[in-house]
Amino acid sequence: MVKLKVNGMDRTFDGDPDMPLLWYLRDVLGLTGTKFGCGIALCGACTVHKNGEAIRSCVTSMSAAAGSDIRTIEDLGANGLHPVQEAWMQVNVPQCGYCQSGQIMQAVSLLKSNPHPSDQEIDDAMAGNICRCGTYQRIRKAIKLAAGKNT
Amino acid sequence: MSQIQNVSRRRFLKGAFGAGALILAVRYVPPMLMHAHGIAGQTDADRATFHPNLFVGIQGDGTVFIVAHRSEMGTTIRTSLPLVLADELDADWKRVKIEQAIGDKRYGDQNTDGSHSIRSFYDTMRECGAAARWMLIQAAAQQWNAPVSECSTDVHTVVHTPTGRRLGYGELASAAAHLTVPKKEQLHLKEPSEWRYIGKGMTSVDLENLCTGKAMYGMDARLDGMVYASIEHPPVFGGKIKTLDDQEALKVPGVHQTVRIDPFKPPAAFQPLGGVAVIADNTWAAFQGRKKLKITWDNGPNESYDSAEYKNELRETAHKPGKLIRGVGESDKEFPTGDHVFEADYYVPLLSHVPMEPMVALAEFKDGRLTAWAPTQNPQGAQATVASELGIPIEDVICHVTLLGGGFGRKSKPDYIAEAAVLSKKLGRPVKVVWTREDDVKFDYYNAVAAMYMKAAVDDKGKPTAWLQRSVFPPITSIFDVNAVYGDPPHLAQGWTDLPYDLPSIRIENGPAHAHVRIGWLRSVANIYHAFAIQCFTDELAHRANRDPVEYMLDLIGPPRTLDFTNVEYPNYGADYKIYPWETGRLRNVIEMVVEKSGWTKNKSKKGHGFGFAAHRSFLTYVATVVEVEVSDDGEIRIPRVDTAVDAGLVVNPETTRAQFEGAAVFGTSIVRSGEITAKNGVIQQSNFNDYPVARINEVPTQTNVYITESSAPPAGVGEPGVPPFVAAFCNAIFAATGKRVRDLPLSSNSLFG
Repeated sequence: MVKLKVNGMDRTFDGDPDMPLLWYLRDVLGLTGTKFGCGIALCGACTVHKNGEAIRSCVTSMSAAAGSDIRTIEDLGANGLHPVQEAWMQVNVPQCGYCQSGQIMQAVSLLKSNPHPSDQEIDDAMAGNICRCGTYQRIRKAIKLAAGKNT
Repeated sequence: MSQIQNVSRRRFLKGAFGAGALILAVRYVPPMLMHAHGIAGQTDADRATFHPNLFVGIQGDGTVFIVAHRSEMGTTIRTSLPLVLADELDADWKRVKIEQAIGDKRYGDQNTDGSHSIRSFYDTMRECGAAARWMLIQAAAQQWNAPVSECSTDVHTVVHTPTGRRLGYGELASAAAHLTVPKKEQLHLKEPSEWRYIGKGMTSVDLENLCTGKAMYGMDARLDGMVYASIEHPPVFGGKIKTLDDQEALKVPGVHQTVRIDPFKPPAAFQPLGGVAVIADNTWAAFQGRKKLKITWDNGPNESYDSAEYKNELRETAHKPGKLIRGVGESDKEFPTGDHVFEADYYVPLLSHVPMEPMVALAEFKDGRLTAWAPTQNPQGAQATVASELGIPIEDVICHVTLLGGGFGRKSKPDYIAEAAVLSKKLGRPVKVVWTREDDVKFDYYNAVAAMYMKAAVDDKGKPTAWLQRSVFPPITSIFDVNAVYGDPPHLAQGWTDLPYDLPSIRIENGPAHAHVRIGWLRSVANIYHAFAIQCFTDELAHRANRDPVEYMLDLIGPPRTLDFTNVEYPNYGADYKIYPWETGRLRNVIEMVVEKSGWTKNKSKKGHGFGFAAHRSFLTYVATVVEVEVSDDGEIRIPRVDTAVDAGLVVNPETTRAQFEGAAVFGTSIVRSGEITAKNGVIQQSNFNDYPVARINEVPTQTNVYITESSAPPAGVGEPGVPPFVAAFCNAIFAATGKRVRDLPLSSNSLFG
């Protein structure tokens, strides 16, 4: 039996402990904001926060998630938009949008640890998140915009 | 656009997670996926108090429903086309609700490809909006007993000008509903100066949902009682199952059963590839079960396909005389020989689409009808394919269109929807087919591999006196006709037949090539390899002649004129040539624009720092691009800046159009850096983003500047035209920085840069 917290709610899971967190979130809890893109931590579409840090939920097993505090994109804007989401909207970042949950969760985590990242630091932090539509230029701009609101 | 319901997951939980558990799960069911009211396919627009045509309806409370019948994969078409209707209706955009249409032939063409959504439906949207506005004005005039000529509209309101009286659209809906719909000739379309939205644009109606995880993609569709399927396809195109042992697969917790899917009957078209589906309670269990399948395959004739050998075959064919596609001047005369003749071979491999959302579809067969929810560019194609697979009438296939997590042409091919349909019929319950990324990479409809042979004889100024170009590629038509080996006119017309140069002798040819995998449309399609060869060869000739590449190309293009395709098959992207002629003056204009904006004449290339240029018309849009690169001593390439000038005729949504060209530079970066699918023994060798890498944030242009020409010409395409000139300009910039020519894509397989 795996116990964990998802978006502030206590949860228990008695299925296959090897099941990746991604599929628990999507198929069991119906939290479909977190996306499946590659299944082997190459694209970042499945990025969520585990105890405040960005992780790839597609390679994080339920046993590895046990006891942790998981936050998904659904939680991020639950009480009004997060400044990163606001910046994303202001800069019109998304095209198809499929990768953007992961991009946003990654960016939130970056700005938490580094409120004023340089271009190089943005690239380093975001290089694990693929956007096939090619919105990178706007992602960089939106991160800077959100960082500008950090004091 | 999502509503949330609490539902029991009891049935779901029983299988994998133990009986007796009951949790409340969140279930998102977008209204567009429901068919609770009336007949299937009826929209809120249809049901509205006033519904003068199938694209718009107005309620008594003033709500305006506008139907989006094209698929949204990131171009903002779901916003931009309704915006055109809203403008002519003089509607308040804040009171507009967009509804996504199901696949239904009453909407006309719905296959969202070929960059023609705006072009093909701009007039329709305007007329539908103008017709509704005309009727609202009539209704108000009748109520006021005033002449129509004294009435006009002002954002969602009809105004009686002399008295200042006003009636809202909602107040007029009932009365307008009783009037006769006007004829086209009666309509008064707005003057461009009166436009509120056209040319100014609007952000995506889905923007907030896209930033909050609420947007509904095909991957997110759910139905009570559904099962998940993961399919083991034949590893070689056209292969069949010899033996199957599923015992171990069935032992995986959550796996219900396996189901065989019949191999396709050639030609493949959009039929399922065949194979074995593992049916399970959740996606993960289906994936795990699949890994335990033991299958032996009869691979069939494509087992001998080896992409390295195939490359040599294409190149050999390209060196032999081919089929004449277009000849200009003395093209029949023997080609000159001597030291003033230059030739070069170019090569572009198979390319995969890899949209971020892998193929996925949910289907439910019930009471003889099939309902599908899928991220599809082509819902009517899905209807036709599913109807044929199940042997039911097209009208009994309902295809709902979710948002698409990328498409790039892959999701015009509904094979994955047909798989879900076949499985649901066999199992008698809703089935969601989920492809892995590996399935996506290995079983794509690839952009054709192509070899181009280029040859020019030049005068003492380096200008060609004779020009020969020959392309060889397995055609897309091979998926519909197994014997097709030559390029068909629509794809040859993509940047090959229409070489815009003004030269005394031009010979354009195409040679035969058999397909060993499924070939399909990918963003920009044949323009990618055609523009690559022509634009890079032109750059080579300019450098050989010691001339500026831009000045040289302008010389080759010659004076402004309309290209003459008399006696030449030139389909022009399906557009009327009288309305969308090929005008070299427009290409010259964007070239001059990009030269000015990029500072071309001041920017001198030197070792390690180069500027490259290319210009190309595709999908009726003229584009010129300058790419700046920095190449370090160890071959690492950075792209500090890209400048792109665009003449796409009238542009409805400039901001999202700019985004399309920014994205095209990234898409092109992936093609040049690493885009390559290879095969050995008929099996695709790539599998995921590790061996089929696409560009990441640290590899793409730092800054892409997009300049849109002010134009009143009819609207052309914007989704695809940015890619081809970028690819060529990038390669030309690499030459400018390194002195090394990129003739074989991608860089990652190029010995010069590997």
